[in-house]
Amino acid sequence: MWPRERKEDFCLQICLIFSCALPRADCHVSHDSHQTANSTTKNFPCCTCDLEPRQTTAAADGSACHSCMILNLRILSASAARVPCLSSLFSLCRAFFWLVSLLLASLIWFILVHLSDQGNARLQYGLLVFGAAVSVLLQEAFRFAYFKLLKKADEGLATISEDGRSPISLKQMAYVSGLSFGIISGVFSVINILADSIGPGIVGIHGDSPYYFITSAFLTMAVVLLHTFWGVIFFDACEKRRYWCLGLVVISHLVTSGLTFLNPWYVASLVPIYIITFCMGIWAFFTAGGSFHNILKCLSCKQEDDSRVMMYSALQVPFED
Amino acid sequence: MTELSAHLPQFQHGQLTENFPDNHLSNTNDNSERRRHDNSERRRNDNPGSETNGQPQNNIQQVVDQDEEEDEELTLKYGAKHVIMLFVPVTLCMVVVVATIKSVSFYTRKDGQLIYTPFTEETDTIGQRALNSILNAAIMISVIIVMTILLVVLYKYRCYKVIHGWLIISSLLLLFFFSFIYLGEVFKTYNVAMDYITVALIIWNFGVVGMICIHWKGPLRLQQAYLIMISALMALVFIKYLPEWTAWLILAVISVYDLVAVLCPKGPLRMLVETAQERNETLFPALIYSSTMVWLVNMAEEDPEGQRKASKNSTYDKQAPANQSQNGDAEADDGGFSQEWQQQRDNRIGPIESTPESRAAVQALPSNSQTSEDPEERGVKLGLGDFIFYSVLVGKASATASGDWNTTLACFVAILIGLCLTLLLLAIFKKALPALPISITFGLVFYFATDNLVQPFMDQLAFHQFYI
Repeated sequence: MWPRERKEDFCLQICLIFSCALPRADCHVSHDSHQTANSTTKNFPCCTCDLEPRQTTAAADGSACHSCMILNLRILSASAARVPCLSSLFSLCRAFFWLVSLLLASLIWFILVHLSDQGNARLQYGLLVFGAAVSVLLQEAFRFAYFKLLKKADEGLATISEDGRSPISLKQMAYVSGLSFGIISGVFSVINILADSIGPGIVGIHGDSPYYFITSAFLTMAVVLLHTFWGVIFFDACEKRRYWCLGLVVISHLVTSGLTFLNPWYVASLVPIYIITFCMGIWAFFTAGGSFHNILKCLSCKQEDDSRVMMYSALQVPFED
Repeated sequence: MTELSAHLPQFQHGQLTENFPDNHLSNTNDNSERRRHDNSERRRNDNPGSETNGQPQNNIQQVVDQDEEEDEELTLKYGAKHVIMLFVPVTLCMVVVVATIKSVSFYTRKDGQLIYTPFTEETDTIGQRALNSILNAAIMISVIIVMTILLVVLYKYRCYKVIHGWLIISSLLLLFFFSFIYLGEVFKTYNVAMDYITVALIIWNFGVVGMICIHWKGPLRLQQAYLIMISALMALVFIKYLPEWTAWLILAVISVYDLVAVLCPKGPLRMLVETAQERNETLFPALIYSSTMVWLVNMAEEDPEGQRKASKNSTYDKQAPANQSQNGDAEADDGGFSQEWQQQRDNRIGPIESTPESRAAVQALPSNSQTSEDPEERGVKLGLGDFIFYSVLVGKASATASGDWNTTLACFVAILIGLCLTLLLLAIFKKALPALPISITFGLVFYFATDNLVQPFMDQLAFHQFYI
């Protein structure tokens, strides 16, 4: 059962993120020309040209990206900050595990690409799809490995703590783990796009979609939320040994990644991804012990007397005389 | 190099004793008092306490086990806090360096090389470039080794004035000259008009406050902030003036050197730390980042004359109760002991006087570790060189990588995980450990792997707008 505060944070977070994804008419000051001279060539579907009126839209999309990411991170980290020290440690470990999984997947892809015919565009496309699938499977495998590690750490913390309970519950760990996975995955996907969105340029001048930035922003948000929900569901499924839940999480991850292959056709990719996100959100909410009653209580902002004691990791040992 | 107070289990007369810098033992237990006395007299071979010990041996063993568990629990509990206390400054330093590299182009422009790296890397063949960078790295590392040995020799022969003069000159250089250049370049980048008088005022104030905070006294946060700033400035200098292959080679070799220097018995850094611990002094504040104030024995001293009078002539009887005074307020004449406690003590051991002399005598006894009472006050220390080299790695990654932000982030995570692992090892082994090897190894592995393997993959995915 999650503490009440966490469910409130969850609701607040969802509302704020969805509201901030709307484009805002911010203006960006573009840096001097030596900034573009420094930046290396990127394979994004835009080119560097002089300032155009469309840049304001691009900047607005970019700033929507920025603001959505920043607010996402702030709310989520504020909610994870209930158990500060240990949770930041765990999130860092989680990010490291994700990086290692990405490294292995790209190693496999790299080897395959270099062993194959590089001129054949269809083959390269197929290899990329295969690489993405391998990456998804490796991410889930590392999520499972992290779960095993956390179980051991949890047992260790429980045995050495004063009252036999560990200072951070498995549900909190699931949340923090899913969250950090989502953050590192989202940041890796979007940070180069964000950096490029500052510079002068026109989106889609070579015939690609002009909605590249805004859709990247939405997709990244969906990915971050999805990883958080998957983390909660996954840990709960491993804990209760419901392997069909595990399989469903892996399959939904593969489906989400597969839907992004349809990408310039955004109606076919974004809408189903958001439907999946919404369903996963509801599933995670009920897995974590939520109910309609709790939502009503949260919305009416009733403060109840909480007779439970919150465990913090910074408790001081009483000195014995 | 990192350090934490050491707990050394020792065998004395067949009993396992442990030295505790802070006492969790129950003071009403006779045996625990005896054992605490053993701790303070561990250097003496005779153990007069064991003759008057009427209680059976298993009591001692139980208390030892209980204390081992408590100690381990405390270490692990506050270990997480120490890790966070170091993450924040390391992250800040790296953020400052990366932000500067990304915005101020001065630090990525090639304007020559230092005299320590005389061989150029603009050569015709790759073999020549490799050879030049190896030679550069060798020269730089020899300079560092010579300087470290010089520092240790000066410290051992107590030439404190020379060391202080050296440190003051180098911090003057960093705080005034390098920060002036940095400020100038930042103004140039953002095209801010500025006059020399204002700059002189700013740099003067910045520098003088920095010198005072680092070398004398100042608020802890301000001192920490200045140490972070000078590490960042030094790292920026290295990033600018070290050519690429030389920089990576130097990072690799210096982590090996750090491992050797801190762990080998005759390593210079280990000798430095041990000498400082023997003399019960802190190492120079200008070289070490410390996360908390260090509480020394002297802070509880109330009567320097009493200490001088009763220096080494303390007997066994006076020491055991006098240990309590470290807890209590040392200003009252009775040492802070209440009447009932004194009666209890008199009943068990016999009438004993707890005088200022006896208390001062105990305080004058050498102790191996920091005698802070509260475990939270025991901070962790990290050498500034570690900050500098972490920031050099991340800064070089952000300056020269084709992967840009992905590589920078990967190196950042890798370095923090390495630091985490090092602190874990520190909590297990409880002696000074080198902080560079694990982090730099992870950082280098992740840099080359991300730059060459992950970046093309992520690039292709982003081009097609695939998400994984």
